[in-house]
Amino acid sequence: MFNKFKTMAANRHELDVLGINPFNIQVEKIISPTVGIINGKHTILAGTNNYLGLTFDPDCIAAASIALENEGTGTTGSRMANGSYSGHRNLEIEIAEFYGKRDSIVFSTGYLANLGMLSTLAGPDDMVLLDGDCHASIYDGCRLGGTKTMRFRHNDIDNLAKRMERLGDRAEKTLIVVEGLYSMLGDVALLKEIVEVKREYGGYLLVDEAHSLGILGEKGCGLSEELNVMDDVDFIVGTFSKSLGGAGGFCVSNHEELDLIRYSSRPYVFTASPSPATIATTRQALKKLSSGTHLRKRLHDNAIRLHTGLKELGYTLGAAPSPVIAVVLDSKLEALQFWNDLLELGIYVNLMMPPATPNGAFLVRCSVSAAHTTEQIDMICAAFSKLRVTA
Amino acid sequence: MIEYQSILNDIYAGLTEITKGRFDINEQSQLIEQLNLDSLQIMGLILDIEDHFDISIPVNVLKDVKTVKDLVIQIEKLSRDEG
Repeated sequence: MFNKFKTMAANRHELDVLGINPFNIQVEKIISPTVGIINGKHTILAGTNNYLGLTFDPDCIAAASIALENEGTGTTGSRMANGSYSGHRNLEIEIAEFYGKRDSIVFSTGYLANLGMLSTLAGPDDMVLLDGDCHASIYDGCRLGGTKTMRFRHNDIDNLAKRMERLGDRAEKTLIVVEGLYSMLGDVALLKEIVEVKREYGGYLLVDEAHSLGILGEKGCGLSEELNVMDDVDFIVGTFSKSLGGAGGFCVSNHEELDLIRYSSRPYVFTASPSPATIATTRQALKKLSSGTHLRKRLHDNAIRLHTGLKELGYTLGAAPSPVIAVVLDSKLEALQFWNDLLELGIYVNLMMPPATPNGAFLVRCSVSAAHTTEQIDMICAAFSKLRVTA
Repeated sequence: MIEYQSILNDIYAGLTEITKGRFDINEQSQLIEQLNLDSLQIMGLILDIEDHFDISIPVNVLKDVKTVKDLVIQIEKLSRDEG
């Protein structure tokens, strides 16, 4: 039974021999949204997805404390049994109001939101047509539901249209799935064009706004709001674990049938609901996010500063400026060493390697936060500069 | 419907390019175990095949595809269904 892990074991051994293991990092102490102690050293955290820096917000922490005192540490139950407190339903209503949609479902994690929606929405008689760069949770949800799943080339509208045309009558029962902001390279979906394809051929559209919630749009709803196509998106899925600084996920929609999905979704039914403290902090964070224009401005200013700095140093970057900035490197060994050298210089970023990356790229990925100070952004640039000189 | 041999020849060409000619490829060659293709390379190959043959290949069918022959049979079947 364990033979299937031989390749992974060999890869792990290779990392042990190098003395570099980016997948075993422990933040020994978290000091702020942007600073932690790693390997005994103060480290700037530039790979956290903590886009708005709300994890240490005093109001969010206070809300969680009150919930802990009043409602206990956990619900110890599924939403279908004893695990629905008033906060859970109130959060669903608040998410729906935030998006101007009819209703929402709260799931226990963002991963479960995609698993729960995709496995239930699209069945064996339906089709899912997903962008090739979609997250693993989307692929896993399709697999769990047994739907026929096809891909189109990343952000290739002609490729999407050709596949929809090829489907003929089946296009009406096809769910197109894309993401708002793609987390590997930081590029955004060509959502207006994708909506046009859907209008032409029929079907449904689900947008996973996990990384774009809080970042794009006047209110921070995501790319659908930014591009004014919210009415054409049938389902928006999101997570609480990035801009909202917590843990959990949701799907929001205008479809009346959304509530039926709740009762049919195994990842919703067969798991414990989010704790009262998680719900309370998320509700508070949602208020901050929706009124957080100043946070979004600071986030975008930081992103442009870092992007510009890295570009001027001559690094190959994955996309136009966004809070996700991927630096493209040439090989596995270079990427491992580079990531480790950055950590030694007191900068933590994410290391991304095939097969998790598009086009087999080796990336060190920075995620910028509104909580980063200008000095921290400059220190990140300085570290990259040092490695450029020694390369 | 596309002929088996025609599909096989095109698949050989595609796999030779991906594997940079490192392997002798035949119908029994196992895509992962012998040709060392990772999931991303397989997905890329499928996209190329779809465009080349103008067919749709559900990701679901790949669980039954272990060898080059398995892949060719699936493509032949799908081209028959869509033809």
